[in-house]
Amino acid sequence: MSRHGTIEKPWQRWLIRIGVFVAMVILCLPGVWVILTAFRPNIEVLARPAIWIPQQWTLDNFARLFGYSSEQQGLPVALYFRNSLVISLTSTLVAIVVGMAGGYAFARYSFRGKATLFLGFMLSRTVPGVALSLPLFIIWSRIGLIDTSWGLILVYMAVNIPFTIWLTDGFFRQIPVDLSEAAQIDGCTPWQAFWKVEFPLARSGLASAAIFAFLTSWNEYALASQLTRTTASKTMPVGLMDFTAQFTVDWTGMSAMAVLIIIPALVLTFIVQKHLIAGLTFGGVKG
Amino acid sequence: MAEVSLKQVVKRYGNVEIVHGIDLDIAHDEFVVLVGPSGCGKSTTLRMVAGLEEISGGTIAIGDRVVNHLPPRSRNISMVFQSYALYPHMTVRENLGFGLKIARESDAVVTQRVNEAAEILGLGPYMDRLPANLSGGQRQRVAMGRAIVRNPDVFLFDEPLSNLDAKLRGQMRVEIKKLHQRVKTTVIYVTHDQVEAMTLADRIVIMRDGHIEQVGTPAEVFERPVNTFVAGFIGSPPMNQLDAVVGSEAGRAVATLSDGVRVPLPADVLTRVAAGQDVVLGFRPESFAPAGHSLHGDENTVRVQRTVSIAEPLGTETILFTDFGGREVQAKMLNPRPVRSGELLEFTLDLGRLHVFDKTTGRSLRA
Repeated sequence: MSRHGTIEKPWQRWLIRIGVFVAMVILCLPGVWVILTAFRPNIEVLARPAIWIPQQWTLDNFARLFGYSSEQQGLPVALYFRNSLVISLTSTLVAIVVGMAGGYAFARYSFRGKATLFLGFMLSRTVPGVALSLPLFIIWSRIGLIDTSWGLILVYMAVNIPFTIWLTDGFFRQIPVDLSEAAQIDGCTPWQAFWKVEFPLARSGLASAAIFAFLTSWNEYALASQLTRTTASKTMPVGLMDFTAQFTVDWTGMSAMAVLIIIPALVLTFIVQKHLIAGLTFGGVKG
Repeated sequence: MAEVSLKQVVKRYGNVEIVHGIDLDIAHDEFVVLVGPSGCGKSTTLRMVAGLEEISGGTIAIGDRVVNHLPPRSRNISMVFQSYALYPHMTVRENLGFGLKIARESDAVVTQRVNEAAEILGLGPYMDRLPANLSGGQRQRVAMGRAIVRNPDVFLFDEPLSNLDAKLRGQMRVEIKKLHQRVKTTVIYVTHDQVEAMTLADRIVIMRDGHIEQVGTPAEVFERPVNTFVAGFIGSPPMNQLDAVVGSEAGRAVATLSDGVRVPLPADVLTRVAAGQDVVLGFRPESFAPAGHSLHGDENTVRVQRTVSIAEPLGTETILFTDFGGREVQAKMLNPRPVRSGELLEFTLDLGRLHVFDKTTGRSLRA
């Protein structure tokens, strides 16, 4: 018997499974390849035919990154990492605080030009980031923000805030106004009502918004590569380009660095995912 | 002590006036029900008392304080919402104690008051559950519990039973009545259900289009509706209303229905009507019953033979549909016997409980 009254036959089910498997392989393969490459010697990368499973597992690539190798000078990975962390966390924090306030305002209040403003925020998402790089470069260079952390933080805030507003607006809309009103009748100030009732209920939305904002900033390359110059502001994705020379690319070193980029993103997602449980608002209202 | 007083209260949204200067005085411990069709302004009025809507004109006082500009938290009121509005992320115990915690009561006081409320409402077994794991009736009780723990001056109920099924609604109606008897507090209760209004209220306020049409005890609004709207709104099945023209017969004022039946007018309206005046005659289904199956005697009645189109047996009574005065009317047959559709019966109309309204203004012509 097929599940939920669907009418596909066994062979159709298998076809779907195979299709899903192929899609998963296509999606995962590059990532898996990067991780495997980070743990193998350079010679295996260039071997023909390709060696899929590393014959010789090694941590040399990471050691070289941090300068623990005799053959090659280390890269300022720690500085790149610090820059990435400071820039991503700061821009995410500001985007969440401002975006949450904005999303709440859009969800709860009516004001003149609301629909137009909202549409404007959404339209800003349609502009590809790279298209902004030249004007941004010119303005930033005039006001001295090139190669500063703040230069990138400002850019990422501008990118993340509209999206955070859009996302949190949806979450706040799902929370019945009655709850805030009930809290105010129970003795809360509007701020307490928000903080004690609406905020906990919107937490899953805010957590997803935070992940999106953080990952956007953490992974961004195009703008960062234009607006950064030195270790004062270069981020991890920009640092990846340090592995390309005029005629060669250090694939294993680049992969090792890519793994370092992936780890914080994975850790953050795991930490926040318990807040992503949906359906918390169910049951508060109606019978 | 908390009386609630509304004086010339107006609510406007932009240029649209929703509530048109209403006056209402509610005594301490009184149970007042605001009732009316959708959009009549009853919920808006309640929300203005709660402080959830600003008032555009007039004054609202709770006790001896004018509360026009006080936020909800400073009014010492509590409210049960139609949606219950329980905090989904808090257990029943936390929901009940939330208001007390906000008021910085000590843990001992919170525990004691929460337990008292839980006992009154029989919530003991559910205290550690989340609202999502409660039935509709249990949620309703938690909402009431949250309202009573704070010992408010005024309870506000905004259509609290409309999400419950009919049986549970009946039970909760009784519980609310018991609760009011036990926790003596002023209550303002909004509903569109006139049965709730009749059964719960000390006084009923009937509203329409932002105006108060009538304020009175359930008996008053039922027996002496001031206009055709109140007459049609209160009572189930509703009052029959037939167009008639005032004339005279053998020196007595009568109202002639469109099918030619002449109905003698009660003595107290005679000074208020003139020959040729259009009026509306109103009578409740129980005042128009098959002979021998009515509450009223045979004296002071008008007798007519009518064919029954539909009979609705309800057990202790049967509602009969028949044509009278050019319209379909409902009659209530007490102590019923089986009635077939198409059966010819003799109906008696009780003139003692006849209502007469001016057709133009709709106002009652009886004292």
